[in-house]
Amino acid sequence: MTSVEATLESSAKRSLLSRLRLNLPFLIWVSLLWLIAMLLVAVFADQMRPYAITKMDLSARMAAPGTPGHLLGTDDLGRDVLSRLMQSIRVSLVIAFGATLLSAVVGTGLGFLAAQFRGWVEGAVMALADFQAALPFLIMSLAVLAFFGNSMVLLVCLMGFYGWERYARIARGLAISASAQGYAGAVVQLGATPARVYLRHILPNVASTLIVSMTLTFPEIILMESGLSFLGLGVQPPQSSLGNMVGFGREYLTQAPWIMLAPSFVIVMTTLSISLLGDWLRDRLDPTLR
Amino acid sequence: MSVLLQASGLCQQYTTGKTLFKHPTVVRAVDSIDLEIREGEIAGIVGESGSGKSTLGRMLLGIEPPYRGELTWRGAPMPAPGTPEWRRLRREMQLIFQDPLAALDRRMTIADQIGEPLEIHGLVPREAIRNRVSELMGKVGLRPDQAGRYPHELSGGQRQRVVIARALAMAPKFLVCDEPVSALDVSIQAQVVNLLYDLKLEEGLTMVFISHDLKVVRNLCDRVVVMYLGRIVEEGPADEIFANPRHPYTQALVSSVPSAGRGHAKRILLQGEPPNPASRPSGCAFHPRCHLADAACKAEAPALIRDSHRLAACLKLRAAPNQDQVREIHA
Amino acid sequence: MLRHILSRLVRSFLTLMLVMTFAFLVLRLSGDPALILLGPDAPQDAINAFRERWGLNDPIWKQYLAYLVQLLTLEFGVSMRDQVPALDLVLSRIPATLAITLPALLLKVGLGIPAGVYAALHRQSIADRGVITLSILGFTVPSFVLGLLLVLVFAVQLGWLPSGGQEGVEHALLPILTLSVGGIGIMARFARSAMIEVLGQPYIRTAMAKGLSWRSVVWKHALPNAAVPIVTLLGFMIGSLIAGAAVVESIFSWPGVGRLIVTAVANRDLAVVQALLLVIASSMIVANFLVDLAYGLLDPRLRSRRAAH
Repeated sequence: MTSVEATLESSAKRSLLSRLRLNLPFLIWVSLLWLIAMLLVAVFADQMRPYAITKMDLSARMAAPGTPGHLLGTDDLGRDVLSRLMQSIRVSLVIAFGATLLSAVVGTGLGFLAAQFRGWVEGAVMALADFQAALPFLIMSLAVLAFFGNSMVLLVCLMGFYGWERYARIARGLAISASAQGYAGAVVQLGATPARVYLRHILPNVASTLIVSMTLTFPEIILMESGLSFLGLGVQPPQSSLGNMVGFGREYLTQAPWIMLAPSFVIVMTTLSISLLGDWLRDRLDPTLR
Repeated sequence: MSVLLQASGLCQQYTTGKTLFKHPTVVRAVDSIDLEIREGEIAGIVGESGSGKSTLGRMLLGIEPPYRGELTWRGAPMPAPGTPEWRRLRREMQLIFQDPLAALDRRMTIADQIGEPLEIHGLVPREAIRNRVSELMGKVGLRPDQAGRYPHELSGGQRQRVVIARALAMAPKFLVCDEPVSALDVSIQAQVVNLLYDLKLEEGLTMVFISHDLKVVRNLCDRVVVMYLGRIVEEGPADEIFANPRHPYTQALVSSVPSAGRGHAKRILLQGEPPNPASRPSGCAFHPRCHLADAACKAEAPALIRDSHRLAACLKLRAAPNQDQVREIHA
Repeated sequence: MLRHILSRLVRSFLTLMLVMTFAFLVLRLSGDPALILLGPDAPQDAINAFRERWGLNDPIWKQYLAYLVQLLTLEFGVSMRDQVPALDLVLSRIPATLAITLPALLLKVGLGIPAGVYAALHRQSIADRGVITLSILGFTVPSFVLGLLLVLVFAVQLGWLPSGGQEGVEHALLPILTLSVGGIGIMARFARSAMIEVLGQPYIRTAMAKGLSWRSVVWKHALPNAAVPIVTLLGFMIGSLIAGAAVVESIFSWPGVGRLIVTAVANRDLAVVQALLLVIASSMIVANFLVDLAYGLLDPRLRSRRAAH
């Protein structure tokens, strides 16, 4: 049922895009600029942030945004929100980026294996995909974290399993149809090795679909990681991520809402930008639409 | 003429509908085929859909390993698909597909695709590939300026020319053309068929031409193999088969082709259901649709009987005096 | 059809077995279950007794079988923290979770599907744009941000609604709103694209060419055919009813399954986590199974194709 869902989702996205085409260039510019800014922040967080993330200033606790020296204010311990935000952006983006790549590589690889070998390999991959779809990812992550305890490496690996089954299903389906009657079968017939068939032909042909999938999972992983961190089960202090900033800021919702609003805004803007950009990208990547 | 490809007792079967709770149904797509392909000829395989002609074509190339039976290429057994020997053998034998758009990678320019076999097999030094590609494009009638095009930017006929050029890149000896023109406009079909014929003459190719279109087969092929439900029912030189079909099925097929100076008066209409490989009739598989069939046809499957250089599988032919032979003696 | 049901049942069961195996593996890989379940401070006698009791000295395959038997007889152990059977604890929390997730589901269906259909029939309209915007927000605004914003506006600034607890209907309003807003948008967009896809089909043009009224074309031809993809999403939403509220329940201190997961994980109360895992997986699997049955009923093509196989 999830494969049906995936196609539905993609057709939903397609129609969404055509509807927004009028405003697209402007929105795409904004998204792009925002993502570039986030990327720069992630890379240069150490150089850019005004204070160390743990530097406390008990005399200036919960200073409002706009306070001289603290553009976005300070938190309950007088730590600079802007500095912490920059570090959080770095941590969250690194986790999401690593995890997205991991899940795309794992999923696509397993999907191709299933398509190439069929038989029990395919059965095993599909059974695992069923299992993944049957268990809500958040719940599975919670269980793993409960059993193994928290660690950054575990968190990235765990997030790296997010959505692998979608890639696996897409990659397997497209590879099988390409081999049965299509171009891949033709190239095999020319005498190409499986490596060439998959890397030179099938991968470029499914890449646009996979990239669209990645633009869908990337924001979802950000949301998943921040959700876990928000619940206090993801990134642990003293390290900081967007989700755990919101989680801690929640305690001071009434007195100092900016602690929680700043990271929330970043989360929403980032996921929104990637989604919009993903739509736009898919159209660009398809030469038959050019 | 030496024998290039020899098939004996080729069978292919598929199991479908296999689930945990259900016994699989075995469908025999190709059944005990004996066939020789001789160097330099164009052999036509005709039959309705479901006759197993495409499966046979793929098996002749070794793309599908036979369920049973043997296949030899120049006297040596056909290697298993995917093995290095099998891949090396692709230089000598190629397939022309029914749907050229599906057979081409829509993300590669046609020049890259035509040159790909050269790259795969390392037959030509890298810098010479460009020259070889433009030579091939010229040979199949593509303009040099089309080299950078993508498949979807070409017409159906042009795409099929690309597929042919790609197959020819390695200078193969043997081509299997699986309904190469049935997806094309009628006006383009003749061009592509003529191209294939010219190539056969120029390159000394041997071809198997699979089609359900008897007009094309009659114009192109030296020899015709008629298939019905996975078996050969008649085989012989093309002109003789069209002039004097012996098997009732062939007679029906031939009578459906209009030809100059002959009306449709003698047309034999095929009755009944088209053949379904999943439920094969007993005895002669053609008997439910045959106007000559009697109880014996239902009970006994006719063997393929040789009569000089022609073969046919029909119980009625055994009984009746062979008019063809009679006519030949008189002539 | 019966065969199809049977094979789906077997598949569901296999998936459930996989979930159990997953729990088993994770539990065994994470260390000595005796130490984990009894805590690091447990006396050696208790640990030995525990090992004996659960057969931890047996070979691993024997342990696995014993574990499966234990789960199949619904014996999930006792909650370390509350000293009550884990399954009872989980089951006692389900009503509270359903009390907010069910109304949220009804809102998603009751508002989302009509809005999507309306948007599909009136493309480019304000409603259409609204549906699209809402669905984008549904995909991009995490529930904890939305929940906190709602608290900030309705509880802190306006003081209209309480920010947490479970005393009455007004306490449930914000959680339900948080759970449903994004889902309404997503449901509407699915319904919209399913409708648009169906409206583009030749049989709709045929029906219109026959002179049927637009209204009967929509009701008799388009809607039933658009139902199949909508049911898929619906099944997914039903499947996640029990699991879907972990974050929201935590924000609003709602004493349901979601909050139980979070506290059980935080306390490493493994018996409870295990019971939760299986209850949630079962609910997802049952929902998937029902969706598959619904397909068969909704789509005669699927029904006959399956019968033919």
